[in-house]
Amino acid sequence: MVPLSYYLILSGILFSCGVLGFLIKRNIITIFMSIELMLNGVNLSFVAFAAHWQHLSGQIFVFFVMVVAAAEAAVGLAIIIAVYRTRETLNVDQVNLLKL
Amino acid sequence: MLHLILFLVFAAICIAGAVNLLIQRHPISSALSLVVVMASLAAEYLLLGAEFVAAVQVIVYAGAVMVLFVFVIMLLNAGEEDRIGGSQVALVVGVPGILACGLLTAWVLLKQTGDLKIGALLGDPKTIGSLLFHDFLLPFEVTSVLILIAIMGAVVLANRPETINSGKKED
Amino acid sequence: MTENLNLWLIPILPLVGAAINGLFGRRFSRQIVSAVAVFFSGAAFALVLRVWSQFSSLTLPHYEFLAHWIRYGGFMVNFEFYLDQLTMLMLLVVTGVGLLIHIYSIGYMWDDPSFPRFFSYLNLFMFFMLTLVLAGNYLQMFIGWEGVGLASYLLIGFWFTKDSAASAGKKAFIVNRIGDFGFLIALFLMIKHFGSLNFSELFDKVGPMPVETVGVGLLTSIGLLLMVGACGKSAQIPLYVWLPDAMEGPTPVSALIHAATMVTAGVYMVSRSHVIFDHAPTALTVVAIIGTLTALFAATIGIAQTDIKKVLAYSTVSQLGYMFMACGVAAYSAGIFHLMTHAFFKGLLFLGAGSVIHAVGGNQDMRYMGGLRRYIPITFWTMTIATLAIAGIFPFAGFFSKDEILWRAFQVNKVYWAIGLFSAFLTAFYMSRLWFMTFLGDFKGAELPAGDHGHGHSGHDEHGHSEPHESPLVMTGPLMILALLSAVGGFIPVEHFLEPVFGHGELAAAGETASAGLETTLKFVSVGVAGVGIFLAWLLYYKRRDLPQKIADGLGSFYQTVAHKYYIDEIYAALFVKPLVEGSTDILWHGVDQGVIDAAVNDSAVGARHASDAARHMQSGNLRSYAGWVAAGGAVVIAYMIWMGVAR
Repeated sequence: MVPLSYYLILSGILFSCGVLGFLIKRNIITIFMSIELMLNGVNLSFVAFAAHWQHLSGQIFVFFVMVVAAAEAAVGLAIIIAVYRTRETLNVDQVNLLKL
Repeated sequence: MLHLILFLVFAAICIAGAVNLLIQRHPISSALSLVVVMASLAAEYLLLGAEFVAAVQVIVYAGAVMVLFVFVIMLLNAGEEDRIGGSQVALVVGVPGILACGLLTAWVLLKQTGDLKIGALLGDPKTIGSLLFHDFLLPFEVTSVLILIAIMGAVVLANRPETINSGKKED
Repeated sequence: MTENLNLWLIPILPLVGAAINGLFGRRFSRQIVSAVAVFFSGAAFALVLRVWSQFSSLTLPHYEFLAHWIRYGGFMVNFEFYLDQLTMLMLLVVTGVGLLIHIYSIGYMWDDPSFPRFFSYLNLFMFFMLTLVLAGNYLQMFIGWEGVGLASYLLIGFWFTKDSAASAGKKAFIVNRIGDFGFLIALFLMIKHFGSLNFSELFDKVGPMPVETVGVGLLTSIGLLLMVGACGKSAQIPLYVWLPDAMEGPTPVSALIHAATMVTAGVYMVSRSHVIFDHAPTALTVVAIIGTLTALFAATIGIAQTDIKKVLAYSTVSQLGYMFMACGVAAYSAGIFHLMTHAFFKGLLFLGAGSVIHAVGGNQDMRYMGGLRRYIPITFWTMTIATLAIAGIFPFAGFFSKDEILWRAFQVNKVYWAIGLFSAFLTAFYMSRLWFMTFLGDFKGAELPAGDHGHGHSGHDEHGHSEPHESPLVMTGPLMILALLSAVGGFIPVEHFLEPVFGHGELAAAGETASAGLETTLKFVSVGVAGVGIFLAWLLYYKRRDLPQKIADGLGSFYQTVAHKYYIDEIYAALFVKPLVEGSTDILWHGVDQGVIDAAVNDSAVGARHASDAARHMQSGNLRSYAGWVAAGGAVVIAYMIWMGVAR
């Protein structure tokens, strides 16, 4: 018998780690992986609530989240490759053409 | 009892993997840590009774998405991260903000009541399938279009730009 | 009989002429422009004659409705026309004299580069004046009232490149507006208390009301406020200051607007409102006092002026004072009679002065004229008739009208009569002075200071003539017609004609039989007084030319004060104009416009720029700072959502 809140806390910790990685890391690919970590944390939360409310749509939603995450990862990595070709670096601080 | 122990074990592996992702300097190590996290999450899903989701997690997420990540890391020959000064804002504002938010959330969440049994909600493929193709048919179709678009986009974006003169790919 | 005379055509035709000349005049030759202008004002005159021919078969007052205008609740104002004997007389004067002046202007303005614009404005003036005269309600009259003020402004400032002309136009319009303010308040009172501005309805309601003898009641207030308007339009004290300055305009303008028609609008309005004034004796007394004082005051200024047009301007103010004196003693028909004769002889005087100025090549200073009798005989003889008429010599027109006024004034208050008589003496004096200085003696044009040619007459450049020359027929023709009218106009039975409008005043009925002998005596007295004035002028300006200067030196500062128009303009400038201008500059311009409005706009722009400058730092181009901001924002939203969840 595991309280619901334990699942949610775990999900929160995973999400926070994802955000931290997103903020701290300098490598674009690592930042991307942090985003995936965030998504995973959220997935766990969805499944836990699905179990709590006894409603399967939570798990269906997790399914869709995974699909979208896969698509996003594909396109994002393609972009990273394109950026790497022009900038020759994976350091996000050096991709600052948006500076005013 | 067993439920709790299993939960805690896999939770620990999850958190360890997540923290390792943050700590590691080489991206490949981070990628492998992420695989560990995903695998343990699949175990958590099983504890909650979501069989199908757990299977999909392992096959799609750990087996395809992470493989893609690893391929890209190898392709780009990403090296260790350099230590240079980064964004002040991210460190000063973002990190404490998230930490504070996380603690607050944890405090709130602990007030939630409700226990979950082991295998609380059985998500077997049959039930999932009937839901997916009846109630959630539209989102299902839309996501398939989304995947199609993503494929095309990835191909276009990652394509090596051809020079005008030669028309052949530079090697 | 409700036959439709299409009265609306009478004002509209000059408007069409104004539009044609105004819009297309510059493409036409001057012949076509003059033809258009004369045709349309002549057509108006012809229509008036047609109405006149049918006059006896009409039931009067004749009323014609044209269109609805304002319909608000129970209050209604229409475009309507009202014709009675008073209107008929005014129509004949306005269109007749107006037509003559149009013809005269062809010759006078021939060399002016803005020839079409002049005639456009002149026709426009006719339109507004006819609207004023034919109006069936006060609001329509007010349209005409304002419109003639506008036309006056346009025509006074016709040569607007000259500073003095532009200022004179402004002054006329602004001083008029002060009067119009009084008129408007009177209109508001009428609307509030009587609910209508239509003449018939209004006068039917006022008729049975009691006469206000004590204090200032409603009708007295309305009367006084209407008089304020009349003071502005007809140049009475204290709003007369614009009329002498209005001489900056071309001379035909002075003749038409500032002698014959526009300035008489005040007299017409007061006469039209006689029902109201008959119920407000206090207001009538005020009218009489203002008129009498103005007659005297302006005459005293006139005797010291050296510019020929200025003399005539002050003379106009003085004669208008006579008309108001007449109205003030309830002798409305006498006032209107004088209005008519004044239109003849004053119009003639101004046109003649224009002819004189044309002859001597632009100079207007009488000290450099003289002996013109030999050079411009037609002008000389017509001006002589006009001078005799204005001086009130039998049998010319001015004698009859002025004496009627003096007789009626005598019956009300001998003081009015005495002042009027003295002003008549002054009138005879300064007009004869003008006549002697201009036409008799030797021509002093050679003494004119160099460079003073073309003063006030910029449309008339040097002809290369060294000698004065007579004007062409197109100018002398109207002079002769007006001279004829000035000579015999006194015999027109105006008062009998206007009887149905004003009634046979009790005063006249009472005094008629008993004092016929007294009346004749007074007539002899006034002619005698005029004769003394002419004799004095002959003495000072023909026989002994040295005397005037000695008298002026002897009187010293008193003479200087009179010669400088009692410094009234300077007093007004110091009392009213200067504080107003300074207040506007300091408070409204610098303080409000620049300090508040401009500052608000500019400061908000500067503030926006500063805010943007500060916000710009968010856009660093650094991906991770963006990520940091996103995380911070997300944290805030999550915290808010938790708060909302917990609060519940």
